[in-house]
Amino acid sequence: MRHLTLKTLTAALAVAGLSFSAQAADTIKVGVLHALSGTMAISETALKDMALMTIEDINAKGGVLGKKLEPVIIDTASNWPLAAEKAKQLIGQDKVAVTFGCWTSVCRKSVLPVYEENNALLFYPVQYEGEELSKNVFYTGAAPNQQAIPAVEYLMSEDGGEAKRWVLLGTDYVYPRTANKILRAFLKAKGVDDKDIMETYTPFGHSDYQTIVADIKRFAAGGKTAVVSTINGDSNVPFYKELGNAGLKATDVPVVAFSVGEEELRGLDPKPLEGHLAAWNYFMSVKNPTNDAWIKQWSDYAKAKRLPGQSTKPLTNDPMEATYVGIHMWKQAVEKAGSVDPDKVIAAMAGQSFEAPSGFTLTMDEKNHHLHKPVLIGEIRGDGQFNVVWKTAAPVKAQPWSPYIEGNDKKKDEPEKQ
Amino acid sequence: MTGYLRKLALLACLALPGLSHALAPDAALAMAKGDSNSRIAAMQAAIADDPDERTAAFLRALAANEVVVTDDRALIVRNGQAQDPVSGETLALPAGAESVMNNNRMRGAISAALAALDLFAADAGQRLKAAQAMRQSASAERLPLVEKALAQETDSRVKQALEQIRASVQLNAELPAARLAAIDTLAADASPATRLLLDERLAAESDDQVRSELQRTLRKIDDRLAWGERLGVAFTGISLGSILLLVALGLAITYGLMGVINMAHGELMMIGAYATYVVQDLFRQYLPGVFDAYLLAAIPVAFLASALVGAILERSVIRFLYGRPLETLLATWGISLILMQLVRTVFGAQNVAVENPSWMSGGWQALPNLTLPYNRIIIIGFAFAVLALVAWIISRTRMGLFVRGVTQNRPIASCMGVNTARVDTMAFALGSGIAGLAGCALSQVGNVGPDLGQSYIVDSFMVVVLGGVGQLAGTVYAALGLGILNKFLEGWTGAVLAKIAVLVFIIAFIQKRPQGLFAMKGRSAEA
Repeated sequence: MRHLTLKTLTAALAVAGLSFSAQAADTIKVGVLHALSGTMAISETALKDMALMTIEDINAKGGVLGKKLEPVIIDTASNWPLAAEKAKQLIGQDKVAVTFGCWTSVCRKSVLPVYEENNALLFYPVQYEGEELSKNVFYTGAAPNQQAIPAVEYLMSEDGGEAKRWVLLGTDYVYPRTANKILRAFLKAKGVDDKDIMETYTPFGHSDYQTIVADIKRFAAGGKTAVVSTINGDSNVPFYKELGNAGLKATDVPVVAFSVGEEELRGLDPKPLEGHLAAWNYFMSVKNPTNDAWIKQWSDYAKAKRLPGQSTKPLTNDPMEATYVGIHMWKQAVEKAGSVDPDKVIAAMAGQSFEAPSGFTLTMDEKNHHLHKPVLIGEIRGDGQFNVVWKTAAPVKAQPWSPYIEGNDKKKDEPEKQ
Repeated sequence: MTGYLRKLALLACLALPGLSHALAPDAALAMAKGDSNSRIAAMQAAIADDPDERTAAFLRALAANEVVVTDDRALIVRNGQAQDPVSGETLALPAGAESVMNNNRMRGAISAALAALDLFAADAGQRLKAAQAMRQSASAERLPLVEKALAQETDSRVKQALEQIRASVQLNAELPAARLAAIDTLAADASPATRLLLDERLAAESDDQVRSELQRTLRKIDDRLAWGERLGVAFTGISLGSILLLVALGLAITYGLMGVINMAHGELMMIGAYATYVVQDLFRQYLPGVFDAYLLAAIPVAFLASALVGAILERSVIRFLYGRPLETLLATWGISLILMQLVRTVFGAQNVAVENPSWMSGGWQALPNLTLPYNRIIIIGFAFAVLALVAWIISRTRMGLFVRGVTQNRPIASCMGVNTARVDTMAFALGSGIAGLAGCALSQVGNVGPDLGQSYIVDSFMVVVLGGVGQLAGTVYAALGLGILNKFLEGWTGAVLAKIAVLVFIIAFIQKRPQGLFAMKGRSAEA
């Protein structure tokens, strides 16, 4: 009897709570969880601003389900345990319907248990190493087969320079280590010998690349060499400066980077880097009406809000595009489901499509929570933009479980039931 | 009928001696439009027989990304003006013209084609460059061209370079004697490129005599190259050491002499780097003609900016905390956060671009496998110049005397009529200003962003503590020692382990010798 009363009471309270929130909520709260201070601020600040611009735009066009979106901005301060705490606060206290956030894999890994525990939704906008598939996360960045592998294939091709020897260079953390593990297995499958692969790592924030550049030079003396760089944000500047000054030109030893975009080149003099490559799913230099309109929207927004840096030289990049696409897809899914309930939205997300600035119509996979994305390879131009030298004919389906890692063939291409 | 006429015209052309092959509009279009294979083929056809000056000009425009194509023609666009590549006349830029894009392979092919043309340039320096560029793409098809150039070459250095190209082709000749001769010629140039060529030949060689000759030459080249590598490690070590010295010198004054644990030291460097950035932008905007000189103007500006911030810090916060190291540490750490966020608000969270002036870009080819970047060489010189300046100020000037006096015994110095508060401010401002100079130098090798200081603060404390607090000489030895040790280990174990090993070494060393390399002697040591 007592048991029953408690249950009834809880149910009554829940109903009361629901009706209360239904009355009060003429807005839908959405979380924006990014590092606005600390090491990652350099990359993530733009994502926060892009999220705000998209939300403002959606509100101006009538909001979602007739309600305005209300952004709740949280600074993770590049501190990952703090990010998990803040995520808890977003879900428990602010009761956000969805969160757009994180850049580094370590951030995503830190907040993941919080989202799974509370059955909440996270949209993650950055290219990553794969090896993860959560029911509560939608990955709008690239999986390794949508970025790393096509880039290496390009460098093996005639136009890419027919590289025979490979330097896998990265910052020492989970993304480069996993990406290089996949690449090594891929290169071996293509018949590259172990002695023709040099794998080397640097600590976070490494700033003295003299020895590494000298090593690359020595290694390159053994045959046509290409460098695959997974160096993280900040350290790229000293690396490329050293490369330019040591006289290693892109025509001799091309470097393809997976973490260098328009925003990272802002801090560099791009002239000595002309011809080095980057692989992404979007470049600002892509010419199509959607992209032109999007860049204009962003420039106007940056100028109106006087965003530091962006207002004088507005730049868009791949993770910003992924943020923009993610928010719009979530909106479409909510409208299709008629509710912000995570389970209903997750079901409605399957198969959503959106015309992206990259010039392709991106589709959310029916099962694996990843976008089908086109792969573009660009060469750095003298003005800090990229020339697209190669692209896929159509969007590529993501393989979060790379077939080049042992044991992945048994893993299912959809989130496991919890 | 028309075919017959065309043949006649062709014959007429061939009959005219000395008339070089003119650039045809079709050829220009074929070089600029289509897939890489067809463009490269068109380019090789264009340079095959005596191309005229227009072809060279067109290739140069292609290399400089100045060519646009429409459906039926290629045009050179310079300063917003379109130009016909064949006739040279100025045209209106047609609508819908697209810039020609070159990938790495095309750029390589264009520079190889230009090198083939430049082999016959009037200037010997240009010919030498062309010959060196051709070495990389040396092939049997180019041999007649090389022979022809060799026949009319007069400059001995160019001749030698051309002979090297010929030898690298003849390395695969039929006759073993020809191969031996080629090896002999190639041995004169102990470069990694030669080594690669010989190594490849060795794998395919069947003749015993040639094999042993190849192995002997390879050993000789390896010995020469080993020197380049050893010198390279020493240079990178000194270069890292000079940067450590720069970042630690300011701290050697504020922490070493004054005893202030200044956690905001890194941010003072960052301010110096941002001052450099501001000066660079001002030069770009108002004095673009003398842009390359901006760095010289930035040096005093960076010094003054950081010194001013340092003086304000000392006057407003630090002077109330002398003798309370823990509070100083916390207060200065707080200040460092405030300064970083301030810069983020003003300049944005993104890094800003600081360009190397042209005289600091590139490097000096000291040995075939050793290039010393100019920016590193200049920073080494700069570090030692700053060191000399600091040593002079501390040991030779009146202010230096006061600083030493006040830090050794404050009450007595005060009794002697020294205005100790003023000396403190001056000394702290000097240390901060030198941090600013370090920031100015760092802007030339690395990132300029709000976090710049964070990556150097630990290093700078490490150097000062290891060197011995209160000693400039200790700082110098510690900086260079750590730099060379770090680079030596890095070549051996990789960057991550080297960093760990150096930290372990420092901990062990400080355990054994807490006073550092050079300890202060005398009664003031305890203070």
